[in-house]
Amino acid sequence: MPKKRVNRSAWGTFSLFALLTLFGAFMILPLVYAINNAFKPLDEIFIFPPTLFVRNPTLNNFVDLFNLLGNSWVPFSRYIFNTVFITGAGIIGHVIFASAAAYPLAKHHFPGKKVLFTIVVLSLMFTPAVTAMPNYMIMSWLGLIDTYWAVIIPAFAYSLGLYLMKQFMEQIPDVLLEAAKIDGASEYRIFWTIVMPNVKPAWLTLIILLFQILWGSDGNGFIYSEQLKSLHFAAGQVVAGGIARSGAAAAVALILMSVPITLFVFSQSRIIETMATSGMKD
Amino acid sequence: MQNWWSLKWHEIRANKHSYILMAPYMILFAVFTVLPVLVSIVLSFTYFNMLEFPKFIGWQNYTRLFLEDDVFLIALKNTLLFAVITGPISYIACFVFAWIINELSPKLRAVMTLVFYAPSISGNVYFIWLMIFSGDRYGIMNGLLLRFGFILEPILWLKTEGYIMPIIILVQLWLSLGTGFLAFIAGLQTVDGTLYEAGAVDGIKNRWQELWYITLPSMRPQLMFGAVIQITTAFAVADVSIALAGFPSVNYAAETIVTHLIDFGTTRFEMGYASAIATVLFLIMVASNLIVQKLLRKVGE
Repeated sequence: MPKKRVNRSAWGTFSLFALLTLFGAFMILPLVYAINNAFKPLDEIFIFPPTLFVRNPTLNNFVDLFNLLGNSWVPFSRYIFNTVFITGAGIIGHVIFASAAAYPLAKHHFPGKKVLFTIVVLSLMFTPAVTAMPNYMIMSWLGLIDTYWAVIIPAFAYSLGLYLMKQFMEQIPDVLLEAAKIDGASEYRIFWTIVMPNVKPAWLTLIILLFQILWGSDGNGFIYSEQLKSLHFAAGQVVAGGIARSGAAAAVALILMSVPITLFVFSQSRIIETMATSGMKD
Repeated sequence: MQNWWSLKWHEIRANKHSYILMAPYMILFAVFTVLPVLVSIVLSFTYFNMLEFPKFIGWQNYTRLFLEDDVFLIALKNTLLFAVITGPISYIACFVFAWIINELSPKLRAVMTLVFYAPSISGNVYFIWLMIFSGDRYGIMNGLLLRFGFILEPILWLKTEGYIMPIIILVQLWLSLGTGFLAFIAGLQTVDGTLYEAGAVDGIKNRWQELWYITLPSMRPQLMFGAVIQITTAFAVADVSIALAGFPSVNYAAETIVTHLIDFGTTRFEMGYASAIATVLFLIMVASNLIVQKLLRKVGE
């Protein structure tokens, strides 16, 4: 903390913290409700008046869920594999491709650099829905419809990742790169052995951002085979099962949300560090 | 002239490593982002039903959109309403909460960051809100109101026109403290502490002046970044609307530009028309971005 700061009025502090608590409750209560619901026995889910907290916690909902999915035509493990594969492959490709593209943009001077970066920034404003239909056509021309790649390959070129990575790489001291160049290292070698290890914290940010997107994707519109669909799709089927499956649906909700949240908890400090040091200067 | 070209060519040759490194990303980016946008803009001037070859019809899609399509006007009104309410509120909320959280002790800061960020990373769990606003008396909202005697009959929240929009706005706000919020938290930690000391010496009297004259101007890059993200999300509302209010919603009460686009693109297969909708949306986003960026330059002056 800085040594000398202006005085803060007690009233101001109090009202700011009241605001924080109030809205914090608004943010977290639906999640608390969701977590509790997953452990409620069915009669408690349909109790009147409804309760926020569970009284007699049970794991029945999870057992039901696994029985339900165990009986489905496509084995549950297949959905898990699909989601993990899509998420993993998409993230690895994205981190490598986006970093390789970010390095010249951050450290080299060449014709067209400004234009390319402007287009990438502009593309942050394209919502996926805007490009969904032409994307479908392009996918079908390329023969990617109904394969994992229809979801994985576009993720490689996700623009927010490049944007963050470029800003982060600008912080790498030039002398480090100069020294390697004098030692005779090629640009590719410099990228792989010097730049990449230096931006490890930034990988984490890219991983979290892309994880959210891929983990939640159901390949809707591109993937039709039941065998290739994702966990999210399977979950949607359970939820669509209606009232009788309310317990299982609550369990699904908990499972789906706990993975990205856990990932974030473990990487939180590194992520914020990246976003801070990257400075995001334009 | 020839000299200029040979000079450029020379420069390009000298930097071939840069282009090679960027190639994989840029090719995929061009194929899956730039090309679709261009195709979409071209298609917006055609009649295209996915079966026959697109037929050029000039501005017809656009005139139809604004002059004949009543539902589009509802969608436009709803989207603007969303954007005008959720955009600024969540942008300011992102900043204000990041700003308060930044003054907490590191442990508490981590917890509060998680509290505010968790909804937006917890995946597509808006069906929690379906349980809350469920139309029978087991829904939390109906349950509470019944119990305390505010209402006598359960309300069909998501099937009653008047309630749909406010509920979607509420859920959208709940979801919207995402990447922008994280960027603000991070940005606040980089503000140079000595600036505050200098400011205190120079006669800054309270925390609000400190905020306006020091904190905000130091964070301009993050503010710009956050604005792009918030504008995009505020104008692209569709998932929440579809998940909560159904598709189509009762009397189009929750129709947005994007749901309208999905309707024409995937249900009616009128690709040219859907592309015109997409183009209009894109232009609205770019325009509002330019305006917001202009406004942000005035911060701290």
